[in-house]
Amino acid sequence: MKDLLVTYLRPHRKALGVIAVLLLIQAITNLYLPNLNADIINYGVLTGDTAYILRVGGLMLLVSILLGVASVITVYYSARTSMRFGREVRGDLFRHVEGFSLSQMHAFGVPSLITRNTNDVQQLQMLVMVGLTMMVLAPITAVGGVIMAMRENVQLSGLLIVTVPLMIAVIGIMVFKAVPLFRAMQVKIDRVNGVLRENLVGIRVIRAFVRTSHEEERFAEANADLTDTALKVTRLFALIMPTLMLIMNLTIVATIWFGGHLIAEGSMPIGNLFAFQSYIMQILFSVMMAVMTMMMVPRAAASAERIQAVLQAVPDIAEPEQALATPLPRIGRIELRGVEFRYPGAEESVLQDVSFTLEPGTTTAIVGGTGSGKSTLVNLLPRLLDVTGGAVLIDGIDVRDIPLEELWDLFGLVPQRGFLFGGTVGSNVRFGRPDATDEEVWEALTIAQAREFIDLLPEGLDAPIDQGGVNLSGGQRQRLAIARCVVREPLIYLFDDSFSALDYTTDARLRGALAQQTRERTVVIVAQRVSTIMDADRIVVLDSGRVVGIGSHDDLIETCEPYREIVASQVALGGAR
Amino acid sequence: MGGFQGKSDAKAQDFRGSLKRFGSRLRPERLIVVVVIVLAFASVFLAVLGPKLLGNATNIIFDGLVSSQLPAGMTQDQAVAALNATGQTDRADMVAAMTLTPGEGVDFAALARILAIVTIVYVLSSVLSWGQNYLMAGVTQRTIYRLREEVDHKLGRLPLRYFDGSSRGDVLSRVTNDIDNISMTLQQTLTQLITAVLTVVGVLAMMVWISPILAVISLLTVPLSFWVTMIIAKRSQPHFIAQWKWTGTLNGHVEETFSGHDLVKVFGHRRRSIEEFDEANELMYESSFRAQYISGIIQPALTVVANLNYVAIAVIGGMRVATGTMSLGDVQAFIQYSRQFTMPITQIAGVANILQSGIASAERVFELLDEDEETPDDADAVLLVEPTGRIRFEDVAFRYLPDAPLIEDFNLSVEPGEIVAIVGPTGAGKTTLVNLLMRFYDVDSGSILMDGQPTLRMRRDDLRRSFGMVLQDTWLFEGTIHDNIAYGAIDPTEAQIEAAARAARVDHFVRTLPDGYQTLLTEGASNISAGERQLLTIARAFLADPAVLILDEATSSVDTRTEVLIQQAMAELRHGRTSFVIAHRLSTIRNADVIVVLEQGRIVEQGTHEALMEAEGAYYRLYQSQFEEPQDPDES
Repeated sequence: MKDLLVTYLRPHRKALGVIAVLLLIQAITNLYLPNLNADIINYGVLTGDTAYILRVGGLMLLVSILLGVASVITVYYSARTSMRFGREVRGDLFRHVEGFSLSQMHAFGVPSLITRNTNDVQQLQMLVMVGLTMMVLAPITAVGGVIMAMRENVQLSGLLIVTVPLMIAVIGIMVFKAVPLFRAMQVKIDRVNGVLRENLVGIRVIRAFVRTSHEEERFAEANADLTDTALKVTRLFALIMPTLMLIMNLTIVATIWFGGHLIAEGSMPIGNLFAFQSYIMQILFSVMMAVMTMMMVPRAAASAERIQAVLQAVPDIAEPEQALATPLPRIGRIELRGVEFRYPGAEESVLQDVSFTLEPGTTTAIVGGTGSGKSTLVNLLPRLLDVTGGAVLIDGIDVRDIPLEELWDLFGLVPQRGFLFGGTVGSNVRFGRPDATDEEVWEALTIAQAREFIDLLPEGLDAPIDQGGVNLSGGQRQRLAIARCVVREPLIYLFDDSFSALDYTTDARLRGALAQQTRERTVVIVAQRVSTIMDADRIVVLDSGRVVGIGSHDDLIETCEPYREIVASQVALGGAR
Repeated sequence: MGGFQGKSDAKAQDFRGSLKRFGSRLRPERLIVVVVIVLAFASVFLAVLGPKLLGNATNIIFDGLVSSQLPAGMTQDQAVAALNATGQTDRADMVAAMTLTPGEGVDFAALARILAIVTIVYVLSSVLSWGQNYLMAGVTQRTIYRLREEVDHKLGRLPLRYFDGSSRGDVLSRVTNDIDNISMTLQQTLTQLITAVLTVVGVLAMMVWISPILAVISLLTVPLSFWVTMIIAKRSQPHFIAQWKWTGTLNGHVEETFSGHDLVKVFGHRRRSIEEFDEANELMYESSFRAQYISGIIQPALTVVANLNYVAIAVIGGMRVATGTMSLGDVQAFIQYSRQFTMPITQIAGVANILQSGIASAERVFELLDEDEETPDDADAVLLVEPTGRIRFEDVAFRYLPDAPLIEDFNLSVEPGEIVAIVGPTGAGKTTLVNLLMRFYDVDSGSILMDGQPTLRMRRDDLRRSFGMVLQDTWLFEGTIHDNIAYGAIDPTEAQIEAAARAARVDHFVRTLPDGYQTLLTEGASNISAGERQLLTIARAFLADPAVLILDEATSSVDTRTEVLIQQAMAELRHGRTSFVIAHRLSTIRNADVIVVLEQGRIVEQGTHEALMEAEGAYYRLYQSQFEEPQDPDES
């Protein structure tokens, strides 16, 4: 956490300096007020000097206002500095993640990266904000309070030697006991919520198997467990405030008793007793504040660690060091030369010794079981992943030598999940080509067989799409994702299992329409369904990361055993061909 | 930070009514609540008494100090006269107002007595305050426990219609987040509110008692504080709204960009995405800086107001002591009271905010508790001892929405052991029939008969026991593989579980796992593949050994080898049982005794494969589409 704070706060050191000075002014003025009050009593009240009382009173007023002004400026600078800190960390994190490869994204996990970029930064930003005010002010006030208290009377200050450690000990013990309880409680809350979530998700199964009462028991158990721990936590907390108040009040009682003796002996003026009491209150409140805010630190430190882990990961996919000598020919011939891909640290390769060429104007299908490496293969082409052995060449140039933006400009991709962005139908399709006209968008939708359901929407292209496309069915999402790719008219089309959510009729019609548009382009289709790929010019069969067959459907049926298995499992009755 | 903006979006609709209902939930605890209130009264009373007693202690010291400066042997009156004679009239007034014996020092015996009393008062006050918090913790936790339990039981009685009609996230949020929020509210508001109100009243009373004039001055600071807070809060409010808005925009953008990472890159949107991020980040910075800064002023502003009050009391009090109209101890007590006065007021404001959001949550939970439940089972329900699996649909009509007819006049007879295939394009509503069979939904008219008895007259639980269900949407819970299979029956033996697993072709797979049947499945069972999940649910159905089966075929995301296993297992499971199969492949359809064809939720055709092919209707078209050549779009 320290590194992160130092790195990102260094540019703001001027503001930090200003804040430090202001906090000092705050602490001093805050501590000066009781002192003035003591003077009023000692030299005004006891001597009956009303003019003095008014004069010092006026001074107290000025000091109070100075304190107010200093606080407001402190808040201004600390709010600005901490929010800027947040802005900068957030920005750097986002840019950094944008350079990650798919495997790096997966290694961190997309949801985790989102949390790190949002909540974790927020957490840290709050700590900086609180840290710049309370966490610094509290110790200054506490130390200053002790000094001032000692100035009032050294002997009486001896009380603090007992009280302050006692208070810290009490809070320390409570925190020490509370932290594991809190952790246990979080686990139990998760458990209760987990059982509930399971019950909601599996409601049909639970009712079908007549297990409602069993589930209720399971829930009751988790609920009782949670209640038990929650009770312990709240009861522990029930103790904190009364104890702290008691310590403070008894300290004041002791002050008056011992102070009374000192006053009677004439070794302390009575006004100092008042000032002393004020200091004790300030010191004890500061200690409480400091401890409370310290409780934020472990959480923020965990956030800082998670942020730093991201910032320290070096992006896999690097821009080539120099631009291309000659412009890209943009033909679309892709050659895989002995390609190997292996996740870092993994024992086995996902892909091994894969070599074949994809010619422009042809459609190549890639089939194979789950885990055979189909998607990985597709991701290697636009460098969403980089090969760990061999090379991918486009028009004879290694993809790693092509500037990223130029490389990506060649591709259109339809990923497995048919991911859509929040916005409208139009904005989603135009994601493929921002300057596409309405006609072009409609044409793409027609080819993608999406027109029929878009036509039913009263808003047409302006129909809203929720984030992730959750307001559409899987098939509708896939069709829009295809339209997005089609409108781009890329040189190379990549379809990663993009037809799985479509029914057979729509699938067939869509491929028919696509064939027209992609006639002179390089097309790669990953699919599970045999009917989707039967008509490809070439089918590549993958098994455990190796190519076990390349050829047309008819060839492969003859020669390739794994391919025959796949076909047999799907058309079990042999109704077709 | 800026906590006062609370959850401005979560406003209760009927605050008073819901608050009342919320309060009525505390009824089982009313005795303890009364005790808590009594304790709160006592504890606050004692706490408020403290400063006044301490003031008396100070007076004893002060009196002793003043008297020690007067010549011994004089009476108080003589001393006053002497002071007047020397022109110290103010001081004479002060001495006149005191009770003292000139020449005597501080009366430590009296001081000790008072301080002993104060000590007892403070100790008692703290103990009572602790007792009150302790009891209230129990009240809160028990109430929340009951609420959770009630909600859970309610979920068990709600019809499927409710779950299908509302988003899962919403229901989940009501039973988790909202209840957590209520728990927080209950914990923080009740005792705080009581204590804060009592403290304000008590402190005010003491202040008026000590000095009405100073009390008026202190009271003036209350509206001033409120006014300052309101003005600043009002100014920061739009910035807070903007802050949340931009936070939402930014988080949404991050989520989308990271989730659609591959698309953003390949479609060349990386630069634009960063630009958009920077823009939102900048706007979020602007608004959150303003929001934090402006709301951050509240505290210093209130401190200034409090200090003004302090100065006023010190000055006026000091002058009154000097003129003998007030004792020094009272001034000291008053300063303490005025400090205690502002804290509970800000507390009450905070509590009001928490209460708002808590009641809004309670309202959402009450809404769920008020939902219509399933019609109760017949008191004299029919019980089938050994169902054979003969099922008849007689003139069944059903619709999800009152004005959208779905199934009308549906008739179908299924003999024991027959296969009914349900086919239709994606989203055609194939699960509707399952819903009716299992009585997840009840028919609107007509009836479904099982062995001649209308299912509406059976207890739902009895009816469902005669069904086994294997859905594409496999549901496994967090627990061992063993427990997940065992879910199909009540207390099955090991041998039965393993036999079921063997029948479902999953025994081998389970044994390849390091922990075998004791392997823990994580939530959603994401640690095994989709196909393996489906095999486990088949094993579960084997174990349940039902008369009627409802099967959903494998998804496309299953690899071919597993798919073969699933098909074999399903075929074996079907053996000798009536089955309803939601079919995606032709193999099952051809074997079926009846094929029911659905389109857009409606049953459009039924019959055998041959009969339907001959009819050249919807089924024929569907069948053709699976095997036809991809055709030119212009032709279709």
